[in-house]
Amino acid sequence: MSELKTTTVEVNGFPCRVWTKGSGPTLGFLAGLGGLPRWLPFLDELARTRTVIVPSLPGYPGGATGHSVLDTHLDWVLAVRQLLDKAGLAGADLFGASVGGAFAAEMAAIFPGQVRRLALLAPFGLFDEREPATDPWAQRRDAVAGLMCADPAKWEALVAPPDGANSVEWPIEMVRAAEAAARAFWPLGNTKLEKRLALIAAPTLLLWGDKDRVLPASYAAKFAAGIKGARIETVPGAGHLAYLDRPEAVAGAVLAHFQPG
Amino acid sequence: MKLMWFHLMPYTELPEDFNKKHPSVWVDIHSSLFDPRRAHHMYNDFMDELEYAAEVGFDAICVNEHHSNGYGLMPSPNLIASSLARRTTDTALCVMGNSLALYNPPTRVAEEFAMIDCISGGRLIAGFPVGSPMDTCYAYGQNPSLLRERYLEAHDLVKKAWTEKDTFAFSGRFNQQRYVNIWPRPIQNEPHPPIWIPGGGSVETWRWCAEMDYVYCYLSYYGYKAGLATMNGFWNEMEKLGKDRNPYRAGFLQFVGVAESRQQALDLYTEPAEYFYGRCLHVDARFALPPGYTTEATQRAGIEGMMTKAANLANPATKAALKATNMKDIVDGGYVIVGSPDEVVEQIRHVATSLNVGHLMLLLQYGNMSKDTTKYNTRLFAEKVMPRVKDLFGDWEDKWWPKPMARGQRAAVPSYRASVAAE
Repeated sequence: MSELKTTTVEVNGFPCRVWTKGSGPTLGFLAGLGGLPRWLPFLDELARTRTVIVPSLPGYPGGATGHSVLDTHLDWVLAVRQLLDKAGLAGADLFGASVGGAFAAEMAAIFPGQVRRLALLAPFGLFDEREPATDPWAQRRDAVAGLMCADPAKWEALVAPPDGANSVEWPIEMVRAAEAAARAFWPLGNTKLEKRLALIAAPTLLLWGDKDRVLPASYAAKFAAGIKGARIETVPGAGHLAYLDRPEAVAGAVLAHFQPG
Repeated sequence: MKLMWFHLMPYTELPEDFNKKHPSVWVDIHSSLFDPRRAHHMYNDFMDELEYAAEVGFDAICVNEHHSNGYGLMPSPNLIASSLARRTTDTALCVMGNSLALYNPPTRVAEEFAMIDCISGGRLIAGFPVGSPMDTCYAYGQNPSLLRERYLEAHDLVKKAWTEKDTFAFSGRFNQQRYVNIWPRPIQNEPHPPIWIPGGGSVETWRWCAEMDYVYCYLSYYGYKAGLATMNGFWNEMEKLGKDRNPYRAGFLQFVGVAESRQQALDLYTEPAEYFYGRCLHVDARFALPPGYTTEATQRAGIEGMMTKAANLANPATKAALKATNMKDIVDGGYVIVGSPDEVVEQIRHVATSLNVGHLMLLLQYGNMSKDTTKYNTRLFAEKVMPRVKDLFGDWEDKWWPKPMARGQRAAVPSYRASVAAE
């Protein structure tokens, strides 16, 4: 397995961090709420058999302030498309989670040649008034960790400042990640993705933590009903960000789905 | 100095166990608590009180905008202001204000403010708040990350709609309008009605007010002691920018309760003050800080401590630390000034001079204060306090005050009963 390599690509004049690790066929990952302030064991699981490429979305940790020029959903979709192309992910397998999942689905729908096989973990993009998703941006501070993960300690570990972190900039970057997600998905997470699901031709796996407190499990069925041939797999014991709660289980399911042939 | 009478229009009958049984006075306050037949009387009482303040000689009467809010029953302050325009003659009408990003298109604000200015004969003060997180991002669903950009663009559009003589096209990031040409146009057209900006303690807002030559208003519920740091920050910034210390560049909000003696004031105003600071400010913390609402520059200032004193007061999380709800702490903290006329005169002079504020906005009704008590507080202030503080800042010119039509040119308003004032 090759060592972790960090490079930067520019989208709309703003730098976005790209992590690359492993060997074998390429696989892309777009992270969920909070982004990736640090490398995760989950990514090592993927890198055992694949070349994992992890670009940071604008505004998320590693993604500077590129969100500040994205005003519409079209702006976001085109920014993600450029990001994937520049990161070397055109035509690769793509795994997106939560907010990143909504963008991964958009890529597969709008640019069918862009995504070989698609895996989505509890993606944003839909909203059902009869079964409203939880508002992730109206939470008391002490409630966030338990909302993101079945094991709150997993979220706390994601966002805790590492040794030597800039004590001023670190918390601002964490807020910025929440702002970037809000900028794209406020107030309901509803980007009308439903209208485009039928355009997805890539074989699609839908993963859902059985303890997801943000998006109800019924949303998995809505995605599956819209995407031809989509298969649902539940991740036991996992919350919204299942790749933090159950890294091996999520990586295993994604890798199995991306198996060539 | 100018003494302005401000009404928040609080719902006055929230139950005693409100804080125990309900998570928030704002955003998701339950509809079962609202009795429209009681609200009928509240609105009429509140409008009587505003008219009364005009009759007894306050320089302005002030209204503001809130949504889904148990202490602010004015989703549309313009409706109230238009009624007040017909029921008052010389008093300035301060709408403090319209949250620009909530109007689609924002041209609507240019139109409605122009209507109020025409109806009132040029007495409008046009307030442009960004708006609180609860009002804008939660109750009205605005994106916190886009709110300020939308606000600034809407400001440009409104100002151009007021000042541009010909029909124009506006092609903004968020607003596209092919034909902007408002009818009516404001009476105050040299160049437009005075613009006042209620804001928190951010340096960006201070600089913008200085650049635009607008009045900056710090509308805090926490009184002059907590407001001192913010106003010091404001004046230091003005000095850096080469602006003079004209006190009319600034406005400040202060709760007051005046009576014949300090003890009588405490007897009269303890219940309404504790109602306000207890029940009315019972806001769920989850609605305080939507991501992106506070700019990174302001976050940085708060964390680094450079402007901590000033900026933190704009931060609801810090405000939580100031949460006194009993009268002793409320008075000790300076949230509400209480006392005999002599004592209140002394404190008002101290507030005005220490903060260097020429526009003092007074809350003389708060919480569940009755109409009788409100009128008593208002009358006593007008008779015994106002004449002894009006002299302040006489050397400065208020360049930001409305310039109405000459009295003789204005329409007679038949429904105005000046005789009531003498009763």
